[in-house]
Amino acid sequence: MGITISVEVNGTTYEREVEPRTLLVHFLREELRLTGTNVGCETSLCGACTVHLDGLAVKSCTQLAVQADGAKITTIEGLADNGSLHPMQQAFWDEHGLQCGYCTPGMIMAATKLVEDNPDASEDDIRHGLKGNLCRCTGYQNIVKAVASAAKAGGAR
Amino acid sequence: MFPSAFDYHRASSIDDALDLLASHSEAKFLAGGHSLIPMMKLRLAEPGVLIDIGRLDELKGISEDNGSIRVGSLTTHAALAASEALRRDCPILAEAAALIADPQVRNKGTIGGNIAHADPASDLPAVLVALGATIHLKSKSADRPVAAADFFVDLLATSLADNEIMTAIEIPKLGAGTGSAYLKVEHPASGYAVCGAAALITIANGSVSAAKLAFNGVTAIPFAADGVSEALLGSDAGDEAVDRAMAALAVADPMSDSYASGEYRTALARAYGKRAIRAARDRAA
Repeated sequence: MGITISVEVNGTTYEREVEPRTLLVHFLREELRLTGTNVGCETSLCGACTVHLDGLAVKSCTQLAVQADGAKITTIEGLADNGSLHPMQQAFWDEHGLQCGYCTPGMIMAATKLVEDNPDASEDDIRHGLKGNLCRCTGYQNIVKAVASAAKAGGAR
Repeated sequence: MFPSAFDYHRASSIDDALDLLASHSEAKFLAGGHSLIPMMKLRLAEPGVLIDIGRLDELKGISEDNGSIRVGSLTTHAALAASEALRRDCPILAEAAALIADPQVRNKGTIGGNIAHADPASDLPAVLVALGATIHLKSKSADRPVAAADFFVDLLATSLADNEIMTAIEIPKLGAGTGSAYLKVEHPASGYAVCGAAALITIANGSVSAAKLAFNGVTAIPFAADGVSEALLGSDAGDEAVDRAMAALAVADPMSDSYASGEYRTALARAYGKRAIRAARDRAA
């Protein structure tokens, strides 16, 4: 039994029929073809699937698409502005805050909210604030540097 | 990894939720979904029907009464952690909520869903038991308040009946002279409590007039170490008195798994119980 939902993703409204068990991350990737949001651990731990839902960072692998009916969602694809990187994306680029890049979309979505909520985030705040995002490559050093430098530059936007 | 197929209904009110519950066998309420959806993805839960109560605003938010704070069952962990009322009059609940999982999970997970799931390694149950909180349950015919200590009946099992919904958690305000602390040893991968110690100490005229110590993660349901609490009464709550009181700690049937043996969990309870009591004492001043 399909249920019709309407969601605004990155400024565009989509109306689609979904099966109730469809997870938001699969809806974004497979239905809307927004494949920047990654599927990682699938157990609400790694944060690779992090998106903004009605202004909050959430794990889209642990939501049903039907729960998001009526919501405003921003994915990694929605951050850049007319081809120019969001300051947080630029900071990850400048500080080399990634290696394989798999965690990066979720990391950036979590980091933008972190800095928006706490523009003066200390290193400690940043490390705690990114607790829900796992990176298996970098050891986090350059990620933390990137978030700190974006915060300094007023990176929330 | 995705759940088995189910029918989805969105409740428009508490009454509607109870009607939907009555008319569907094998239905489960869906709140924030951060306990239920993971269980469904692992196929450990396969409810045929989900009743989404996530939009019932009457179940959200924190309000104050004379002597108590009423927390709607759909209040998120993030909202608990940020609540001025809790930070002022019941800081241990805000402190414990801030230690749950990570920011994304705290943005969606709710207090009601958390305690209805009754995971023994979650952070709120022992805090609510230590606080003497009241869980408000509602069926179509009656409202039923249940003491937190009676709510948790076994591993993943509560006294919530098949025809009931949880509406609120009522917490007594901690008065002047009462200090509280929640300390946790978390599993490094999952973030769940291997041992979580909740302590409340009231000091009047230099001696302990009330005390409560309870643990998450150590036994199948929150473990209230009443022997320790009683041994603290009348003492000065100095380090020596705390050490003496902790000698009364007796854990029956501690949980064991591949990460932590029952013996280790008991040792953690001994160490963290002591630290939590000391921290609560220092904050009671």
